[in-house]
Amino acid sequence: MELNGTGIGEGIALGPVARMAEPLPEPVDRPTHLDAEREGQRATASLSVVAAELNRRGTQAGGAARDILEAQAMMAEDVTLADDITARLAEGKTAERAVFEAFAAFRDLLAGMGGYMGERAADLDDVSQRVIAHLLKLPAPGIPNPGHPFVLVARDLAPADTALLDLDQVLALITTDGGPTSHTAILAREKSIVAVVGAAGAATLADGDQVIVDAAADAVITSPTDEQLSAAKTRIDERAQRSQEPTGPGALFDGTAVPLLANLGSAAGAADALAAGAEGVGLFRTEFLFLDSQSAPTVREQQEQYTKLLTAFAGKKVVARVLDAGADKPLAFLNDAPEENPALGLRGIRSLRHSETILREQLTALAAADAATDADLWVMAPMVATVEEARYFTSLAKELGIRTAGVMVEVPATALLADRVLAVTDFASIGTNDLTQYTMAADRLLGTVANFQDPWHPAVLRLVAEVGAAGLAAGKPVGICGEAAADPLLAVVLVGLGATTLSMSPSALADVRASLARFTLDDARALAEVALAADGAAEAKAAAKSCAAERTAGRVPAPAT
Amino acid sequence: MEDTDTTATRSVRIGSEHGLHARPAKLFTQAVGGSGAKVTIAKGDGKPVNAASILAVIALGIDHGDEVTVSVDGDDAAAVLDRLVDLLLTDHDS
Repeated sequence: MELNGTGIGEGIALGPVARMAEPLPEPVDRPTHLDAEREGQRATASLSVVAAELNRRGTQAGGAARDILEAQAMMAEDVTLADDITARLAEGKTAERAVFEAFAAFRDLLAGMGGYMGERAADLDDVSQRVIAHLLKLPAPGIPNPGHPFVLVARDLAPADTALLDLDQVLALITTDGGPTSHTAILAREKSIVAVVGAAGAATLADGDQVIVDAAADAVITSPTDEQLSAAKTRIDERAQRSQEPTGPGALFDGTAVPLLANLGSAAGAADALAAGAEGVGLFRTEFLFLDSQSAPTVREQQEQYTKLLTAFAGKKVVARVLDAGADKPLAFLNDAPEENPALGLRGIRSLRHSETILREQLTALAAADAATDADLWVMAPMVATVEEARYFTSLAKELGIRTAGVMVEVPATALLADRVLAVTDFASIGTNDLTQYTMAADRLLGTVANFQDPWHPAVLRLVAEVGAAGLAAGKPVGICGEAAADPLLAVVLVGLGATTLSMSPSALADVRASLARFTLDDARALAEVALAADGAAEAKAAAKSCAAERTAGRVPAPAT
Repeated sequence: MEDTDTTATRSVRIGSEHGLHARPAKLFTQAVGGSGAKVTIAKGDGKPVNAASILAVIALGIDHGDEVTVSVDGDDAAAVLDRLVDLLLTDHDS
């Protein structure tokens, strides 16, 4: 049987399912059938089993995780807690309820204290859930640990869950909820984990079920036949082979060059990006260097950091984005006033203009780093909404010694007037995540509207087409630097819409390179046309897929160079 | 009459930058448990709590620089107190 969802990337994996258990319901407060002493024995036994398990995991994990796990084990065997539980049992409560209430009382106490103590509240919740699960003979909530590699099936993963994921053990991820920009999807893309998200049917999978997770087909195959298994194994081997082949510049089947660039937050990722064949940097997120700063970094500090990255990309293009503070990533020294609606507030170029000294210093530092290295530095402004802002940023950047200055297209207004915007600046780079959020009026950080956050939506694609056409008419480059460029099929559509370069997480480069090599520019335009004509995101993707299959039928892929 | 060899009390200021939170609290209560003595800890003029209970200790909400009073009741009380006070004075976050 086949379960459908949204595949992340082109990967395929097979293995046994391990489910992430759901959080337990609150134990019902009803009188026990047993006596207090018997309930006390049950509670003590479960508390000590959980403590032993936490200690065992602590020893296995080592490092900082060991301290946390050992502290949790001590909480389970805490004498004050035991006294509290005994008192509640004396009132005739069940062990489950008494444990729940005793932990909850301490949890509320700690949560009320805030800060470091408050963070321990989550540790207590986790211990409480484990003890109650043991009492109820249910699987413990959280990441499973079956002791062998597994396909993780979850509703969706929280950041805290993913931090605990042992990536050597996880063959693939399947979620029943969550869309292509969910935390799970972002993690999968970043770490190159095979994933299918939003597969509602996966709720029926049980521990130990053998499944094939086929991200390219947006599907999970349950009870696979021998034929399906051997086909999957062949594809897994081919993919492993491909990632070891020498990489070349990004190009279409007909030879049209599509430079493939990397999204980077610091010089630390440069070596990996180059090894993956990045032809430069399409999005250098400068704010990530400064997120912990209480005050704006000095020109000298900035220049050092920029020089480090530019040196690593000598002879190549690096597109730096000036500080993009606000919304999901506030900077202490730029955004001090809380806003009701930060995604629509003083962010990006708006906040920089508000504190122009910071912008001037950053542009000065970037120009100095450019002069000191052999990289080809381009600089762009985030969240540009008007022609006037584009003109302002471009002339300020030029005045301070930046040779190539451009703007990001994230606001629909800028896409719609792309011809006029491109008339006053050197290039455009489309940030598809924000462009999608603003086009669909759906907060990209809000899980309940995650299904709107899909760059395949024809409304988003039409805006991309506007920018692509304006770029072609003006003879100016149009890059893509959002998650959309990392989707191998959508990447082809974006080229068909007029994108001249694609920038993505380095881990996505190999799949996108291979995908581009299968299509001509005519194919890409045909795919773009059918996607634009669709009613919605899913229809656009399906239409592009079937058009792709038709146009490449019987064609031999270009050899890797 | 109280036997001076089996009880000992001292007040000290906390050395860890973030106070007696998870890790320092764990090290402290582990040491208390290992000593075999009966130990209490109080913050300022507050009520003394069982120092072998990590939850009771964390719940005191002890911050860096807070004054706490540790009382030990057991064999070798003075030596046990010295060891415990050492732990409280050390900055475990550095």
